[in-house]
Amino acid sequence: MASETKGNWWIWKVFWILLFITAFEVALGIIKPSFLVDTIFLGTKLLNHVFIILTVIKAAYIILQFMHLGHEEVTLKWTILLPAIILVPYLLFIVLSEGAYTYLML
Amino acid sequence: MDEALIKDHKPAWKGGDLPYKASYGKLMMWFFLITDTLTFSAFLASYGFSRFKYQDSWPIAEDVFTHFPFLHGDHPLLFVALMTFILIMSSVTMVLAVNYGHKMEKNKVILWLSLTIVGGAIFLGSQAWEWGHFIHGDRGGIDTKTEYVVHIAEGEELSSVYTLMGVDVHDGTHHHFSVEEVISNLEDSAQYNIRLAARDSNNQPVYLPNTESITYLENNATEVLLGANLKNNEYGHPLFADYFFFITGFHGFHVFSGVVLLIILLVNVIKNTYEKRGHYEMVEKIGLYWHFVDLVWVFVFTFFYLV
Repeated sequence: MASETKGNWWIWKVFWILLFITAFEVALGIIKPSFLVDTIFLGTKLLNHVFIILTVIKAAYIILQFMHLGHEEVTLKWTILLPAIILVPYLLFIVLSEGAYTYLML
Repeated sequence: MDEALIKDHKPAWKGGDLPYKASYGKLMMWFFLITDTLTFSAFLASYGFSRFKYQDSWPIAEDVFTHFPFLHGDHPLLFVALMTFILIMSSVTMVLAVNYGHKMEKNKVILWLSLTIVGGAIFLGSQAWEWGHFIHGDRGGIDTKTEYVVHIAEGEELSSVYTLMGVDVHDGTHHHFSVEEVISNLEDSAQYNIRLAARDSNNQPVYLPNTESITYLENNATEVLLGANLKNNEYGHPLFADYFFFITGFHGFHVFSGVVLLIILLVNVIKNTYEKRGHYEMVEKIGLYWHFVDLVWVFVFTFFYLV
């Protein structure tokens, strides 16, 4: 396994990336740049899209590096990732668009 | 790691040759984590459903989660940012423990596992503190027949029922106010008014002038709400507190289970269980679970506090 020959430096690298992204998110959440807040894209603020993209990047680092999935066999990798990649966006699409319709029906 | 694999020479379709090159235990941990991923996705999706449905009156997180221990005033986001930092940090210590497990360095595994447990315990304590503040509340709200909770404001600035009533929210006594008391205090002090639950079409809060506030409350107010429970809460729609308790509670339960597993693991490491077994794969398996808990929090943080 790769980590047996590698040292610990990659762990701290991932740590600093996660910390930086989180700090950046908090700073955006406090400052709320008006350009990102006032622009509406796909039914929500551009700022929310930025948050979601940054969150997915953080999730990718945790799964692929910390949980070591990036270094597993390719069969195992896709067995784990595909159900989530297919089902979760599908579920979100169905449920959230339905939520938006129920708002219109209120 | 290879020592953990059972080597046989059956063909792959008879379960041999390890098509995933992972041990049984690790595979089962991954499969459990997939099911747990879908569970948490369903929770967050249903949270999103309700939030879209009540989008014009759903509470804004930064009006709700504003506290930081030992600091006065409003500090939105800071405390959860700290909790996120603690959990990421404990993930790092966990990865270090796994890494030293591969190298069979028992004492370093003990050190980093212990620090992971400390991180988990601090996170649980923080969550208890967060829940305590959420349940107690500090602004108060007034429930109305329209199902919406309105808040006390001073002009265009959000204030609190406690300020209007002239009492200290943290004086240690159990407060209770009636709608009549609130209305009579609004009549006496004209600088106070109410902020409606529903925001306007530009998503901006709507403030009523003092006299209109009094009329609105006389016609609609049912109860003064202080704090939060599963039935209603001072922040807004009842579902807001329900989801908060349910999702952060379910996540907190995962953290708690993780800390228990880590303690059992630590005891086994100290007892040389894995030295005798010849590999530290159990550290890796519990590590997967622990990182998953961190992963869930990353999403809870985004969808409960940021978005």
